[in-house]
Amino acid sequence: MKRIVSILEGVGSVVQLLVKSVSYAPTLPRQWARFVEQCYLIGYTTMPIVSILSFFIGTVLALEAGYSMEGFGAKEYIGSLVGLSMARELGPMMTSVLLAGRVGSAITAELASMTVYQEVDALTVMNIPAARMLVLPRLAAILVMMPVLTVIANIVGWFGGAVVARYVSFVGISSESYFAALRHYTKFKDVIYGMEKAEVFGFVVVLVCCNIGLSTRGGPREIGAAVTRGVVVSLILILVLDYFVTKVLM
Amino acid sequence: MNEPATSACSKTRNPFTGVEANAVGVRVDAISKKYDGVTVLKNVTFDVQPGEIFVMMGPSGSGKSVLLRQISGLEYPTSGTVTVDGMDPCLEETRYRVRIGLVFQAGALFNSLSVYDNLALYPREHRSGGEASIREKVMHALRILSLEDAARKFPSELSGGMKKRVSIARSLVMEPQLMLYDEPTSELDPVMSATISEIIATLKNEYSVTSLVVTHDRALALTIANRVGILMAGRLVTLGTADDLRSSTDPRIVDFLNPKIDIEHPRFKKLEAQEKDTS
Ligand SMILES: Nc1ncnc2c1ncn2[C@@H]1O[C@H](COP(=O)(O)OP(=O)(O)OP(=O)(O)O)[C@@H](O)[C@H]1O
Ligand SMILES: [Mg+2]
Repeated sequence: MKRIVSILEGVGSVVQLLVKSVSYAPTLPRQWARFVEQCYLIGYTTMPIVSILSFFIGTVLALEAGYSMEGFGAKEYIGSLVGLSMARELGPMMTSVLLAGRVGSAITAELASMTVYQEVDALTVMNIPAARMLVLPRLAAILVMMPVLTVIANIVGWFGGAVVARYVSFVGISSESYFAALRHYTKFKDVIYGMEKAEVFGFVVVLVCCNIGLSTRGGPREIGAAVTRGVVVSLILILVLDYFVTKVLM
Repeated sequence: MNEPATSACSKTRNPFTGVEANAVGVRVDAISKKYDGVTVLKNVTFDVQPGEIFVMMGPSGSGKSVLLRQISGLEYPTSGTVTVDGMDPCLEETRYRVRIGLVFQAGALFNSLSVYDNLALYPREHRSGGEASIREKVMHALRILSLEDAARKFPSELSGGMKKRVSIARSLVMEPQLMLYDEPTSELDPVMSATISEIIATLKNEYSVTSLVVTHDRALALTIANRVGILMAGRLVTLGTADDLRSSTDPRIVDFLNPKIDIEHPRFKKLEAQEKDTS
């Protein structure tokens, strides 16, 4: 019972933070510099790891597809399988998981330490709401960067698949037929569909991590606890939301 | 160094000009504050008159910092009310109407910003003037506290006393109508403490800034205060002018203001004696 109450309280405070941050949206042009900084931190610095991970997801997909499709002589369709799974599910999903680990933890740690060391209190007294200065630029940045990251993940993943399809001997199909199948079955709307998912996950991760950071109470020790909570809650939410978002978008 | 705050303030452009100081008062009405069942403030009532310097003293742990949190609108008291200029300090509207400066006991500087940006944040966020006028204001505030050389430094590169001064300078740039100081001189040398006293007095005399100063510093308290309150274990035990306090015969107050230092019987010797008794 206590757990349920605390979960509901959490949801309530997240919604409050969202409403508050969105109400400051008109101040965004003034906060251009902060927005760009967050785009850099959230987007640019995450690109290398997203690329590496997606490349290997693409390769594994192609390997498994090659192995299972060889049985009924459907190897030419490997491209379609890699293309669709990357665009619709694995691209957005893995990007969000990485985001939770890399960006979510950093956001929670930064805001938790600002809260614990009374920097947020100082902002409040100066009438600079944390929702405006700390949360809004991050939310805006994630909305812009998430589609970019997802597209990069898709493209790199597709190429990873192509490399395996071409060079691993038991698969061994030409790049032309791999990409032909990929193009034929992966439609633009599938990519958009993946981006919509990613947008939801990314936004929720950043919002939840901001909220957990800002509601940290106590001493420096709580900063570590807050980071753990931020990442765990984000991961759970991504997985749970994945089902519901998929269901709604279908 | 140490230019007297008074002369600094007679210049035309400085952190304090342009403050059409309609002095604000504070009313603290029967507030109590509990944290997890522990009562930290017990039915505290007093008011700070517009333009007055009110000094709150009291032993460590008596609830002075907690009191400032209630007045600055960071927390609601468990019971009772606080009003600043007749309004609830926790509301955003109040913060738009009344500029409240709070000097935190631990400084609470923004660690990711340089000293200069710490001071410039408020005027930038509230769009008061262009970058040039902000620069002038900020550098002036830094000069008053002898911090010109620290402008480019980050909080992690400052000493404890410097952090405190930056924190005071940051509040000055806000052109506050109400200043709340939490131990403004606790980490400073006597000369710098004197400067702080001058700043507090100047803000009152020339700009009718209402001040509430929390301090252990008896000299500071008895020189600048219009009125002094003493908080003990969360209760306001006395309230009066500095003279009232000096002539008080209440043993708690006499002991607090004139602590006896008994070198012959240090505390740990007494403890040793107690231990012997029990063994
Ligand atoms: N957030 C909190 N949660 C629980 N207890 C608290 C909290 N803040 C303060 N207290 C308790 O309230 C009491 C008063 O604390 P406060 O910081 O106001 O003391 P103080 O008078 O400012 O002391 P000092 O002169 O040492 O700064 C202390 O016993 C402290 O343990
Ligand atoms: Mg204190």
